[in-house]
Amino acid sequence: MSTVQNVSRREFVKGMFSAGAFVLCGQIVPRRLWAGSPDPSSDPVAATPFHPSIWLGMEPDGSVVIVASRSEMGSGSRTGPAIVLADELEADWNRVRIEQALGDAKYGGQDTDGSHSIRDLFDVMRQAGATARTMLEQAAAQQWKVPASECKANLHTVTHPPTGRTLGYADLVAAAAKLPVPAKESLKFKPRTAWRYIGKETSLIDLRDITTGKAVYGMDAHMEGMLYASIEHPPVLGGRLRSFDDKETLKVPGVKMTATIDPFKPPHVFQPLGGVAVLADNTWAAFQGRQKLKIEWDNGPNAAYNSGEYRKELEATAQKPGKLVRNVGDVDAEFAKGGKIIEAAYYTPHLAHASMEPPVAVADYRDGKVVAWTCTQNPQECQTTVAHVLGIKPEDVTCHVTLLGGGFGRKSKPDYVAEAAVLSKKAGRPVKVVWRREDDIKFDYYHSVAAMYMKAAVGADGLPTAWLQRSVFPPIGSTFALDTTYSDPGEMGLGWSDLPFAIPNHRAENGPAVAHVRIGWLRSVANIYHAFAINSFVDELAHAAGRDSFEYLLALLGPDHIVDRKSLPENFPNYDGSYEQYPIDTARFRRVAQLAAEKAGWGKRSMGKGEGMGIAMHRSFLTYVATVVRVEVNGAGKLRIRQVDTALDAGTIVNRDTVRNQFEGAVVFGTSLALHGEITAAGGVIEQSNFADYPVCRMNEAPEKVNIHIVESEAPPAGVGEPGLPPFAPALCNAIFAATGQRVRELPLSKGKLTG
Amino acid sequence: MIKLKVNGVQRSFDGNPEMPLLWYLRDVLGLTGTKFGCGMALCGCCTVHLNGEAVRSCVTTMQSAAGASVLTIEGLGAQGLHPVQKAWMAVNVPQCGYCQPGQIMQAAALLKSKPHPSDADIDEAMSGNICRCGTYQRIRAAIKAAAEEVA
Repeated sequence: MSTVQNVSRREFVKGMFSAGAFVLCGQIVPRRLWAGSPDPSSDPVAATPFHPSIWLGMEPDGSVVIVASRSEMGSGSRTGPAIVLADELEADWNRVRIEQALGDAKYGGQDTDGSHSIRDLFDVMRQAGATARTMLEQAAAQQWKVPASECKANLHTVTHPPTGRTLGYADLVAAAAKLPVPAKESLKFKPRTAWRYIGKETSLIDLRDITTGKAVYGMDAHMEGMLYASIEHPPVLGGRLRSFDDKETLKVPGVKMTATIDPFKPPHVFQPLGGVAVLADNTWAAFQGRQKLKIEWDNGPNAAYNSGEYRKELEATAQKPGKLVRNVGDVDAEFAKGGKIIEAAYYTPHLAHASMEPPVAVADYRDGKVVAWTCTQNPQECQTTVAHVLGIKPEDVTCHVTLLGGGFGRKSKPDYVAEAAVLSKKAGRPVKVVWRREDDIKFDYYHSVAAMYMKAAVGADGLPTAWLQRSVFPPIGSTFALDTTYSDPGEMGLGWSDLPFAIPNHRAENGPAVAHVRIGWLRSVANIYHAFAINSFVDELAHAAGRDSFEYLLALLGPDHIVDRKSLPENFPNYDGSYEQYPIDTARFRRVAQLAAEKAGWGKRSMGKGEGMGIAMHRSFLTYVATVVRVEVNGAGKLRIRQVDTALDAGTIVNRDTVRNQFEGAVVFGTSLALHGEITAAGGVIEQSNFADYPVCRMNEAPEKVNIHIVESEAPPAGVGEPGLPPFAPALCNAIFAATGQRVRELPLSKGKLTG
Repeated sequence: MIKLKVNGVQRSFDGNPEMPLLWYLRDVLGLTGTKFGCGMALCGCCTVHLNGEAVRSCVTTMQSAAGASVLTIEGLGAQGLHPVQKAWMAVNVPQCGYCQPGQIMQAAALLKSKPHPSDADIDEAMSGNICRCGTYQRIRAAIKAAAEEVA
């Protein structure tokens, strides 16, 4: 569990800039608002008297410093791993401090995405905690001259039960530091029943700072003498600067200079888009100066991109045979038998991340080295990208990680950090690059638009005897190699090559699509559209069969079983989890579906006019989720989401409150994309720009009641940040069908009109 | 010269009177608890109190703040946590937390004018504040909890 590093999207990254480039360079320094050059002697773990690993240190007073290697963007990744360590250490949580790690390969992968922080770090943190705890017990044993096996750590103390003696950790720090670090194999871990914090509710470590306005985000990072920069990017991807006139710009009070940023050399990967930057002594002056720029662009080949026509191309491709992704039995033979055939096509548009904090970074280039402070999900990628763009070595880039005002995948891509570094080099002083909301919406790494075609032959019982599914979308791979038009096994593994149903004949296909915008991953990635198509189609089949949607879903799963690994594609990555440890277990699917249905009152609750319930389920990031949505659509077609019940099985969970909060939030994120989310382009230019034309869910349209139900499980930990999202939109649309008889086959709902 | 009070401290400003209060607070005073989210009064991240009323500081010019008393998140709990902040902590509202200073300032203004807000009152007052992480259910619960405490 601890060595997993290669989810497909990380593979892309390695292929580009990162080969062999992760070199030790970091020091762990306290997160500070007023940043200067990092002080190499300020590593809080190395400076503590007792630091048996890179993950923790203990101060003379017994207080514990735990290193957070992952970024905090709201999913609890700064707090969760520390909880595991503190539990195994028998530490008093009130005496724990968390320090954020610099980008540094010694921590292994630091990319906070793919819902794998707990999965990657659970064993690592337990081991670090058990190591220190064992040494404290040994130190006490030496002092009492008793066998270490008789000594027991207990909430920041070690006791000797036979004699009732007790010593605090503070009394043992010095002695423990002199002991050899015990071998991993010799460690004894606490039994599950003795867990003090794991599986319980713990507040985020940053809770108080957040509520008092003291928390430091990328937007709040500051370096002495810095200029504030705002950048006019080429309006079309791949566009280039022809000429610009900055005379009026330079007259704006506070504006100090302008500077150009070179366009990327294809493929774009995480390089800056290029453009013209205005640098000023405050953010607003930079914004003002930018409005006065007169620029002529060469828009390049993507200027022919119109999303309306593009949609038609995708939908036409989805009607044609595609690349085989998975095959079970023989769907063609079954279709040829001429039984009852049901077909449907689904469409979902591009989405923007729109995290509340737009991309922002401060960088200081000096003597061939860069120090950056930024809201990043991936500080090591900041090192490699900045180094690549400036032609320096990754180890000469120091990346400090602030809190992130949301990330959702956008902040894994450090183009904005490279912009700050490039501009600092040009300005000869630190530069803070601030993206406006308009920049964030118009120049995102977009979630893919997708067209899907589904076809089933159904038997007398209404269950499918053959099931064909075809999905077409510009793949994430296009960001790393422009001519990539087919998805890779990783992307197919996101809810497409892993259909869990017991259908004798099944084929999954993928058709080609050329990208005209930067494509990136967004919370749960391809699972969003794949779960939408599959769960909507299941509901259509259930209704066609005249059967209850929930009962039908269970029937599709068949008797409880592990999906045969051999029936899955050989290259199915299973989110980089071993199939032995994380098999597709239909019993776990069934349990979450039953739990969600039961809690929602499925089949028991009487429905009024215009009311309806829908169900959907999906496994992503190794977590099983089922969602039941209850809606009301009135005579005027106004939709109200009355209640959502989400049941989940994420295996062993660490912070119960974080799990609830993440799944509650996923429902709201899902409401945004189902109701409003759509990015369109005309002439290669993105047509949306801010929350007025790219609306997201607000309180008055959020589901009125969201209940989260957690299946108690001792299975290995799985993902939490993303898996709540995929089943929401189809459950909602299935509920709308139940309420109105109106089938939704494309998102967002705002494009059509509901008839109550 | 524009004079104003920020968190009880008298300040004067001789820059461009059209500068939004947000950037004065953040870039000039270093009060970074007030956040930039959209620049167009669409998201509420930048909410502060101007003479006791919740306003979007990203579209409030320094000119229009002349002579006013401004309260930011840093000032709200200066004399011990405000009941809204306590409730936010008790309910574990935040995820990423970026929008929460604005949410808290908006909620504090709501409770001042309506100590016992209904669900409709809460919707009305809070729907200008976006939380992309989706903590609305907890925000509602925290406002109700704070109302209990104030009562």
